[in-house]
Amino acid sequence: MELFFSYGFFQRALVAGLFVAVACAVLGLFLVLRRDAMIGHGLAHVTFGGVALGLFLNILPLAAALVIAVIASLAIMRLRQKAGLHGDTAIGIFSSVGMALGIVLATLAGRFNADLLSYLFGDILAIDGLEVGLSTALAVVVIAAVLGSYRSLMYLTFDPEAAKASGVRTARLDILLAVLTSITVVMGMKVVGILLVAALLVIPAGAGLLLAANFRQALFLSSLVACLSVVLGLVAAFYLDLPASATVVITSFLLFGGAYLLRRKRLP
Amino acid sequence: MNDGNELIRLEKVSFRYGPIPVLEEVSFSVAQGDFVAILGPNGSGKTTLVKLILGLLRPAEGRLILMGKPVEQFAAWSEIGYVPQKATSIDPLFPASTREVVAMAFLPGRLGPARGKREEDRAVELALKQVGMTAFRNRRIGSLSGGQQQRVFIARAIVNAPQLLFLDEPTAGVDAATQELFYEMLHTLNTEQRITIILVTHDIGIVNRHVTKVACLNQRLVFHGSHADFCRSEAFKTMLQSGHLVSHTH
Repeated sequence: MELFFSYGFFQRALVAGLFVAVACAVLGLFLVLRRDAMIGHGLAHVTFGGVALGLFLNILPLAAALVIAVIASLAIMRLRQKAGLHGDTAIGIFSSVGMALGIVLATLAGRFNADLLSYLFGDILAIDGLEVGLSTALAVVVIAAVLGSYRSLMYLTFDPEAAKASGVRTARLDILLAVLTSITVVMGMKVVGILLVAALLVIPAGAGLLLAANFRQALFLSSLVACLSVVLGLVAAFYLDLPASATVVITSFLLFGGAYLLRRKRLP
Repeated sequence: MNDGNELIRLEKVSFRYGPIPVLEEVSFSVAQGDFVAILGPNGSGKTTLVKLILGLLRPAEGRLILMGKPVEQFAAWSEIGYVPQKATSIDPLFPASTREVVAMAFLPGRLGPARGKREEDRAVELALKQVGMTAFRNRRIGSLSGGQQQRVFIARAIVNAPQLLFLDEPTAGVDAATQELFYEMLHTLNTEQRITIILVTHDIGIVNRHVTKVACLNQRLVFHGSHADFCRSEAFKTMLQSGHLVSHTH
């Protein structure tokens, strides 16, 4: 085990994975409580278009994906508010178009190859130093922004009308959440891949909600489940020779199952 | 209880949802210390009126003055407490404790005075004590009954010691015995804490021992005056006969 932790690739995966996991957990808690859990899934599909655009234009795919994801998240918000569409409809529209755009661009670029597949399924053990730095910095930004607006976000999530009447700038917070979700999805894409990133936003938050007696506990427990998922998932993937991203997600689901059983045991 | 100091003034306020008029040329004022019931049938514009006063909606015409300032320039939101309609239809899975729900009203920066943690804890304890919910401080909000949740929301609305408290149909879905205790508590807040209260309801009976003023709406303001005068008015008789108002007495 000691030898395992001394590998550079594992250290990089662990650092990036833990930071991204905590960012996903704290943000995911708000998304789940706002019944917005599927936005992570939708934006992940949109980022596929962004990555393909990056590869097509020969620019950093993460940067292209980030720009496209932010634009899409704001557009989804706008469609809900101004066109009166339900959230899942707006998400469905953008996720499909994002995916379609990605397929067209990748075909045009002739690069429907390993590069693109690594984004689809994640390749955390291949993450390089620059990506670790970028993911860590973005995760710190997300965590700081969420914790800095913690009380306003909690009020907005719990009782939007009373929050607005108390002077909470609800429109700004909605935009903040949309942008933070985009950043988080783009970061998470490198850790678990586009197809699985929504899992890191939803499963740890769900587990935390099952066990928490208050909001602080929910934040702590969600983060704990997310971190354990990354550490145990990476170790299991290494020893069992399994794909790291999928193993992280399956580990988080097993922890969710444990939380569910614990809750059932506690309830009469 | 009326201290003569005007806290709210509406001048010919009208509001429409698209082409549909909801309120037309409503004018009245509320003085400090008043306990005002806004009465009227369903769809008469009661909730809309409160939302206009709170700046949640913008009037099509007219002016709204809140504590001496046009509502669009008003910034002292910590002076206002608000319990919205159907506040108790919260997500039962929301993981906030009673204390955390009350403390939501402590917002940073311009929204109110910055407080230390100890000061916040004291204010939360005091607010919970005022509504008789101290024993439930660590309970998850979703595990409380509708009446208990409503008390917690009142605690959140008064924790900043506001001058004005708005309650929109606060006892909808709450049993009769709890309603009576609830209105006793509002009476105490009005008379002892000197909080001006604006209560939206369609139940004249339950409030008749506590309110000092009545504003009766039916798109237009059909009555504004004392509770006693309202009970003698044509507006009251018409609304009671048409079943638009209910009268629960206990």
